[in-house]
Amino acid sequence: MTVLVDQNTRVVVQGITGHQGTVHTRQMKLFGTQVVAGVTPGKAGADVEGVPVFNSVESAVRKTNANAACIFVPAPYAKDALLETVDAGISLAVIVTEHIPFHDMLVMYHYARSKGARIIGPNCPGIAAPGLAKVGIIPNVVFQKGRIGVISRSGTLTYEIVNGLKEHGLGQSTCIGLGGDPVVGTSFVDALPHFQADPETDVIVLVGEIGGTAEEDGAEYIRHHVTKPVVAYIAGRSAPPGKRMGHAGAIISRGKGTAETKLAALSAAGAKVARFPYEIPDLVAEIVAKQGHR
Amino acid sequence: MVKLAEWRGKDVFRKYGVPLPKGHVARSPEEAETLARNGTVPLPCVIKAQVLAGGRGKGGAVKFANTPEEARAAAQSILGLEFKGEKVTELLLEEKLPIAKELYLSLTLDRSLRVPILIASAQGGVEIESVDDAAIVRIPVHPFPGLAAYEKRRVAEVFGATGGVAKSLDRLLDSLWKAFQGEDAELVEINPLAVVGDGLVALDAKVIIEDDAAFRHPEYNDIKDDRTPLEEIAREKEIAFVQLDGNIGVIANGAGLTMATLDVLKEFGGNPGVFLDLGGTDDPKKVTEAFLLMAQAKPKAVFLNIFGGVTRCDTVANGLVAAMSQVPPENRFPLVARIRGNNEKEGIEILRGAGITSIPTLRESAQAVVAAAGGKT
Repeated sequence: MTVLVDQNTRVVVQGITGHQGTVHTRQMKLFGTQVVAGVTPGKAGADVEGVPVFNSVESAVRKTNANAACIFVPAPYAKDALLETVDAGISLAVIVTEHIPFHDMLVMYHYARSKGARIIGPNCPGIAAPGLAKVGIIPNVVFQKGRIGVISRSGTLTYEIVNGLKEHGLGQSTCIGLGGDPVVGTSFVDALPHFQADPETDVIVLVGEIGGTAEEDGAEYIRHHVTKPVVAYIAGRSAPPGKRMGHAGAIISRGKGTAETKLAALSAAGAKVARFPYEIPDLVAEIVAKQGHR
Repeated sequence: MVKLAEWRGKDVFRKYGVPLPKGHVARSPEEAETLARNGTVPLPCVIKAQVLAGGRGKGGAVKFANTPEEARAAAQSILGLEFKGEKVTELLLEEKLPIAKELYLSLTLDRSLRVPILIASAQGGVEIESVDDAAIVRIPVHPFPGLAAYEKRRVAEVFGATGGVAKSLDRLLDSLWKAFQGEDAELVEINPLAVVGDGLVALDAKVIIEDDAAFRHPEYNDIKDDRTPLEEIAREKEIAFVQLDGNIGVIANGAGLTMATLDVLKEFGGNPGVFLDLGGTDDPKKVTEAFLLMAQAKPKAVFLNIFGGVTRCDTVANGLVAAMSQVPPENRFPLVARIRGNNEKEGIEILRGAGITSIPTLRESAQAVVAAAGGKT
């Protein structure tokens, strides 16, 4: 068992003929993912990196039994792409696209939920389970198969942290990038139960950032439902209020969403808190060493 | 995040049928006098500075006038004021209404619940943050059915609205909901919402439009908002660029990594002055543009912290070297680089050719840049 993706994951790439779609289709395949179809309206019959292209998700699913989608469609058309994929019966949609209006995302989120589908993202690097499958854009080289689960709101910072884990000989079970937008399909609270239940995961690394209360909500969940050790890091301790720090969701507004309140909540919930990204591997290694002695 | 001035917010309200006082914008004392004299704005009237900051009443940015001459004098005294860093160039003149009660109403996003949230309080006219939580009602509104009749009745109950006021409220809530969705707003706020006679009138308007929805709202493109001139240029070039109050420029890729870099710098006694997130790019020209923009901010030192993933280290290095030759000597700055990840070796080689050494650890590179900027602050 793994978290949300496994060897049976069959990916359809929406927006496959675009630059990003093509590049990452190749990378996903190199990771060992079954990329079975691509969709770009009007381009049926084409071939991208050996993957057949269809006009619609419905026809792609009918011909290839795809069960997960990776969406690279530009923001103005992303809502339609998601609705289409959910209606075609896809149960997991990773949305890489950045700058989707949150009003669109509200509709997308609730529609997917009503049909039993899960969204990861938008504005996210996706999900990867080393040795099994990757849906998204996380660089292949940072990974090593292992027993550490990683849940993060960041992109590049996640790569850096996962790479740091690898350099300390700490491999990963599954890594999810939740995305930097104010409204995301999968939050910490949504992701944590999967890692708690996953027999392949021993330690959970949670990487948050300023803005919103997703980390506080996650802390509340950890306090009541997570028995596995959690190591947490929050980016943006030095960020001033009212400024949007690169991510649409990374903003301290009206005193809410500061790193202090998040760190305090996570610490109170029993998580080990890293003050810097480079402290994470050491904290994880300490926990792993203790687990080994049990 | 496009914050609309009150008069623009009221233009939005008007479009969706939210009841407003009679009023007009003036940009000179003469114009203010004329509006009052020809009856466009009935007397007595209120004259309000069109600035984005709150607390205008207490801060002398709101005045009253009984005659056209007084309107002119009031306009004269407010125009050109510097209010919390904003220069007043526009005024809104509105009829002064007999207010029976001041209420609070807004719609915004609840990120945790992932629904819009309607916030209402019978204690309007003051900052909502200062109102006791027990006096505020928060109603999550599901985006699909939209605002339901029972939810509107709940607001009426909070306001103690009956008769004509209740009818006015029912229509106003529908208008506000449509404005929130139709304009892709992050916030629509009426504070105060006034009971006048047996109806309601929006005395103020605070509307914030979401940046990401700009593609369907070209009408807001020309609004400069409260960005600095360099932040404005960065926005046009689609570079995430935030000016802070320190002296070290930070260029990293990805919002989280850039924030983490700032945190580490601060920990070692540095004071970050610019947050520049390159994002994911495979175009050296974009990197060059970003560096030239950074140079314009005149940092004492710059910290380049790249973890190559989608963005390759050699792309960044090439863009950087190209930029260095274009920066005028008076704007040159010491640079500390840390580049890791995809095509790391190639990137480090290119930088070495330009006389720049990449320091592999975040800790040591952060300490180096703090020293280069003149030590701890």
